Amino acid sequence: MPVIDSIIQAATGKVAEVTLGGQGRRTVTVGGEAALPFLTFEGQMPHRPVVAVDVEDREPTTWAGTLRDAWGAAAKDPATWARAAVEAGADAIALTLASTHPDRENASPESAVETVKQVLAAVDVPLIVYGPGVAAKDNEVLVAVADATQGAGLALGVCEDKNYRTIVAASLANGHVAIAKTPIDLNLAKQLNILIADMGLPPDRILMDPTTGALGYGLEYTYSVMERLRLAALQGDRWCAMPMICTVGYEAWRQKESRVGEGVPAEWGDLARRGILWEATTASTLLQAGADVLVMRHPQAIALVRGAIDKLMG
Amino acid sequence: MALTGLQIYKYLPKTNCKKCGYPTCLAFAMKLAQKGAELSACPDISEEGKQALDSASRPPIQLVTIGAGARKLSVGNETVCFRHEKTFVHEPGIMVRLRASDPKEEALALVDRVERYCIERVGMQLRLNGFAVDGTGAAPAAFAEFVAAVKAKTESPLVLMSGDPAAMAAALQKLPAGATPLVYAASAAAAPEMAKLALKHKCPLAVRAPSAAGNGHAGSLDDLAALVEQVTSAGVVEVVVDPGARGFGDSLAALTQIRRLALRKNFRPLGYPTITFPGEGASSTEEEVLLAAEHVAKYSGVVVLDHFSPEAAYLLLTLRQNIYTDPQKPIQVTPGVYPVREPGPQSPLLVTTNFSLTYFTVMGEVEGSGVPSWLLVVDSEGLSVLTGWAAGKFDAEKIAKAVKSNEMADKLQHRKVVIPGLVATISGELEDELPGWQVLVGPRDAVDISAYLKRWSAN
Repeated sequence: MPVIDSIIQAATGKVAEVTLGGQGRRTVTVGGEAALPFLTFEGQMPHRPVVAVDVEDREPTTWAGTLRDAWGAAAKDPATWARAAVEAGADAIALTLASTHPDRENASPESAVETVKQVLAAVDVPLIVYGPGVAAKDNEVLVAVADATQGAGLALGVCEDKNYRTIVAASLANGHVAIAKTPIDLNLAKQLNILIADMGLPPDRILMDPTTGALGYGLEYTYSVMERLRLAALQGDRWCAMPMICTVGYEAWRQKESRVGEGVPAEWGDLARRGILWEATTASTLLQAGADVLVMRHPQAIALVRGAIDKLMG
Repeated sequence: MALTGLQIYKYLPKTNCKKCGYPTCLAFAMKLAQKGAELSACPDISEEGKQALDSASRPPIQLVTIGAGARKLSVGNETVCFRHEKTFVHEPGIMVRLRASDPKEEALALVDRVERYCIERVGMQLRLNGFAVDGTGAAPAAFAEFVAAVKAKTESPLVLMSGDPAAMAAALQKLPAGATPLVYAASAAAAPEMAKLALKHKCPLAVRAPSAAGNGHAGSLDDLAALVEQVTSAGVVEVVVDPGARGFGDSLAALTQIRRLALRKNFRPLGYPTITFPGEGASSTEEEVLLAAEHVAKYSGVVVLDHFSPEAAYLLLTLRQNIYTDPQKPIQVTPGVYPVREPGPQSPLLVTTNFSLTYFTVMGEVEGSGVPSWLLVVDSEGLSVLTGWAAGKFDAEKIAKAVKSNEMADKLQHRKVVIPGLVATISGELEDELPGWQVLVGPRDAVDISAYLKRWSAN
């Protein structure tokens, strides 16, 4: 008997399968793993992890220079930007409705709906939609978006323990997927999944965001909590078995390493290459911990990570 | 696999002769189980018992030391597959490959760059670990000369790479006694001779899986195990294994299988650290970094890079530090008040946590701003700002206590305290806890501290 047969670890549970898109749009399914990431010698990994690309509805003037250079004028218009992102390899678009933030343009839910429709018309990949990150306005904006896009299979973010009911109800009523975000903690993640499922949203309509730490900035906490969640899922804990989504681009590109080229040690090397690799390595390391959806920003980092996924999937 | 005291007791003479210094054989057995005594203290143990206990007390993954002196590299001795189960203990070596077929001057210039490379992160000095000198395509004498020239420039550990025992012998001759490079590699036909060289020079020996292409499939690990047994039965103790897999997927499978076999099955022939060559499985220098990162996270003992760049080195060293931090003991700094650039009674007071990463990031920015400031580090038990807040270790009460116990009121004329933007929500509560103080909400990200401090005014 070959020696490795003795360490095959048969899973008793598997990760839920979540499908985004639909209604004539391209669909993307994630999850379904019955083994630890890429260990196909002991169980199936039916779907490859996907890369969703960040697009904002207003020009992201505070983004790192390397990123703004990469997207150029495309970043002035969300629909144009989304098309460019698909060309760069986006399996999905992660649209942030930043202009609806009360401290920015405080744009109305109606204008947010318009933006979402424009992006849906511009590309046929699935759409993830994030509110401005302020609970009350998130609810207002995401409900309007959810109602106006019934059946388009969006993922709506984010639900947190203090604010999930409205977004879950809107997802439930309109065939969307909810993103459940918790702060790097297995029990909190599990608890929020249960609360959301209690409202009637089935497990195959939930993505969980365990909160991402970038390389050098808490990556190891995210890495370990994701490994624990995935191990629990494979051991049959269905409340830990939702596919995981990681906001890699946002976290990696707000660190000094990705933003600052002057007044830093020469040992940090070239700024642009450092930023791209910082994002790509954060992403590829989280793939090893079980990430199913990576939300990313730089075209070269996206290409690198997609290449690594191709090779990992064989 | 650790034995219990009772399991050990079975192998002892059970005479209670006390020569070991313990009152009974059982007491001695218990002490052995806790690793508080050495088996050699028992003069009467049978040869059979000694062998059984020696092999049982060996760690499931052998500790291997490459090089000597202050820069020596020790890898192996890992006890878990996942860092959250306990911790990973010996950081993998990250080395740079030099090819004897390359122009010597360029190679030696690279040695200098790598040797000088050192970067501080959260209070620790991070560096690469040495060089793999590859003799492929060079005649034995040329390889030996090249190795000698590299050695003349560095005290770092070396890996000598050649499939030709004659070239390996020539290179080993050029090194000072006790340099203990890793001999790479015993593979198929050359294994007996490589084992002899490793024994003669007291070096660790790498064993490479027979199928050069490698695919991580079952067969190659069985063949690798057989080859390891061949060199260990010849007397080699410190072994490093190379499963031959080179790609993202096959090397992940092979390294995972080796780790699990060693830890879960106590499978001796593969109970050794591994060596990987990400440059051989990557199609670009960028991809090499990603594959090297995979090897750092997933079970490599030595990672040999084909390309050196400062940004890639910084990134991989940071990742290694992240993955090998003990999850039970976040790196912490001592709570208290830290004066930056001789602050006075009109200087700003900033509050942060004692999680080392938070502290060093904030401190770096405060120092960089050039604005004399007081940095008050609250004992959040090593948690960062948000996690500390969520866990009740960095709340209004704790911050108020730190302001009072550090007698900030005596040090300052103003009554303003700046809290991290991430915990803006506690500002009201903190004003209740600190009557007479004004709580200001600072930036969310450390990178914005400098601009904030430059605008700050006591009035």
